[in-house]
Amino acid sequence: MSHTTMDEFATGARPAADDVPATAAPGYWKSVGQRLARDPVTLAVTLVLIGILIITIGAPLVTSYDPFAGSVMARLKPIGTPGHWLGTDETGRDLWTRLCYGGRMSLLAAILPVSISLCVGGALGVFAGYAGGLVNTMIMRTMDVFYAFPSILLAIAICGILGNGLSNAILALAVVFIPPMVRVSETVTTQARQLDFVEAARASGTTTFQVIRYHVLANVLGPILVYATSLISVSIILSAGLSFLGLGVTPPQPEWGLMLNSLRQAIYVQPYVAALPGLMIFLTSMCFNLMSDGFRSAMDVRLSK
Amino acid sequence: MSETLELDPRDRGGPAQPMLRVDGLKKYFPIRGGLLNRTVATVQAVDDVSFLVHKGETLGIVGESGCGKSTTARLLMRLMDPDSGSVVFDGDAVGDLRGITVNEMRRQMQMVFQDSYSSLNPRMTMAESIAYAPRMHGLGRKEAYDRAESLLAQVGLNPRQYARRYPHELSGGQRQRVNIARALALEPRLVILDEAVAALDKSVEAQVLNLLGDLKEKFNLTYLFISHDLNVVEYMSDRVMVMYLGRVVETGPVEQIYRHPRHPYTRALFASKPTLDPDRRTTEMPLTGDPPNPINPPSGCRFRTRCAFAEAVCAEKAPALAAPLHGDYDESSPHLVACHLPAAQRAMGAHHV
Repeated sequence: MSHTTMDEFATGARPAADDVPATAAPGYWKSVGQRLARDPVTLAVTLVLIGILIITIGAPLVTSYDPFAGSVMARLKPIGTPGHWLGTDETGRDLWTRLCYGGRMSLLAAILPVSISLCVGGALGVFAGYAGGLVNTMIMRTMDVFYAFPSILLAIAICGILGNGLSNAILALAVVFIPPMVRVSETVTTQARQLDFVEAARASGTTTFQVIRYHVLANVLGPILVYATSLISVSIILSAGLSFLGLGVTPPQPEWGLMLNSLRQAIYVQPYVAALPGLMIFLTSMCFNLMSDGFRSAMDVRLSK
Repeated sequence: MSETLELDPRDRGGPAQPMLRVDGLKKYFPIRGGLLNRTVATVQAVDDVSFLVHKGETLGIVGESGCGKSTTARLLMRLMDPDSGSVVFDGDAVGDLRGITVNEMRRQMQMVFQDSYSSLNPRMTMAESIAYAPRMHGLGRKEAYDRAESLLAQVGLNPRQYARRYPHELSGGQRQRVNIARALALEPRLVILDEAVAALDKSVEAQVLNLLGDLKEKFNLTYLFISHDLNVVEYMSDRVMVMYLGRVVETGPVEQIYRHPRHPYTRALFASKPTLDPDRRTTEMPLTGDPPNPINPPSGCRFRTRCAFAEAVCAEKAPALAAPLHGDYDESSPHLVACHLPAAQRAMGAHHV
């Protein structure tokens, strides 16, 4: 039969190489990792973020001062003062210590709301996108109601209702982030749902849950995670803003937004010291932003050689 | 896997029972607009389509784009719900309380899509894609992967070479082979091939067609072969069904449809078929105009607006499928045509033999 030889030609298997096992192609996440490793900016900001994380978690190891104990004698020292290399705040507490301990609260108040909204909003969005029709319309229109308010106003309003305190601020931010999270995951799921391989999986008689788990999630998780990372940078600023307004962490707890607020009065006396918490907020937020950009481009590339 | 048709334990009605009986299948897509999102029009994608698929045969469905071929396939797989109509799989009504469920039907009826790339999950290797359905249906991991590898070999891909590859690493022809293997993984009895070879180039297309022929024998398959390519359908099919604008206009054994097409549309369709034989040059007038808008299809016979023979009766009522109206066929002929006019059915172009 002449088509047998044509077959071999078409399948690209040269007889000599026929039985040599193929070198396994890297899986998707592995190839994303490889691309990330070749991206110096993403690598650098990720290292900075890891550094910030280590310093804040290990705060007692990098400073010997008590973050709550100040000294009236040492109020508002400038940067570079012996014993207080980043100066002191308005009640004479070591600023380096306050920044280290304050990062704990700031990062917690930034990452936790995003994680909550990722779970709740992501699940809701994937469900809405996969179900389509009336279910989709109901979920999405409900989310649109939240869109009517600017996010910071919504957060302030929720905090105002719940009362101040860290947990209420986290809850308020989570509520604020759920609608955009739903919208993003709904969009990518609606797109993925129409692909032929999802139809093929449905046609193979497997359950909806199995189709979502094996075919939809694997293809929408990337963009959803990227979006969540970019939300962290917004979340840092918003949670700092809530604390600044006195709606989040309460004094004397160290927190970057709150520190920025209390040092505000010292801005003419020690402008550099007063700017430091703001600088930390800016640095962390920017790093998360750049990291999410790096993830986006590493994941965006179509799998190709 | 290699038992004959008679020995297949899943065969319930015997060889005389049709594998698939489709009755009055209908799907209208509403077009919404205006105030309050009302339905302002409907696209009559599939309108009252009935047909049989016998065990072991290949039924070809032809027609131009938009005639409802693919919608019919999706309705059969229940990837969308029909507005009305019934599907009976080997004597069991699908979705009926006394019949079988949609999922039970899907285990016996599988589909190969046109786009070989988008019908494979880019995050899964070939073996994972093929093993997915059997695993979800309870087959152990080892057994499922063994089956995947054996199927890869059956479709002409060395498992050692291809089992761990991702879709982007394969050519279109290779991917379509994997899609065929994936469709066979549940050991179906009926496979719907929806333009399965349309996107392949000619030499690869021929190989895949030959492969489909081999697999059909090996696994005792029944095919529903959907294509716009008349030559391919002629090569593959035992019987042919011609669709126009959501309706069946003619159906019958492949030789009769191709040698003696009765419906004016079928004849025009074949007249448009390119041929390399100068003795079979087309002299029949080509069809003019585009197919009418399926949103507002013509009344009565949907082809009448483009038909050279149309008379008053054609606008009044839709013709039913019936034996051709003249001469050489007896009443029991499996050749059926939906046309009111004997003259139209008799008129012959010079292209036929």
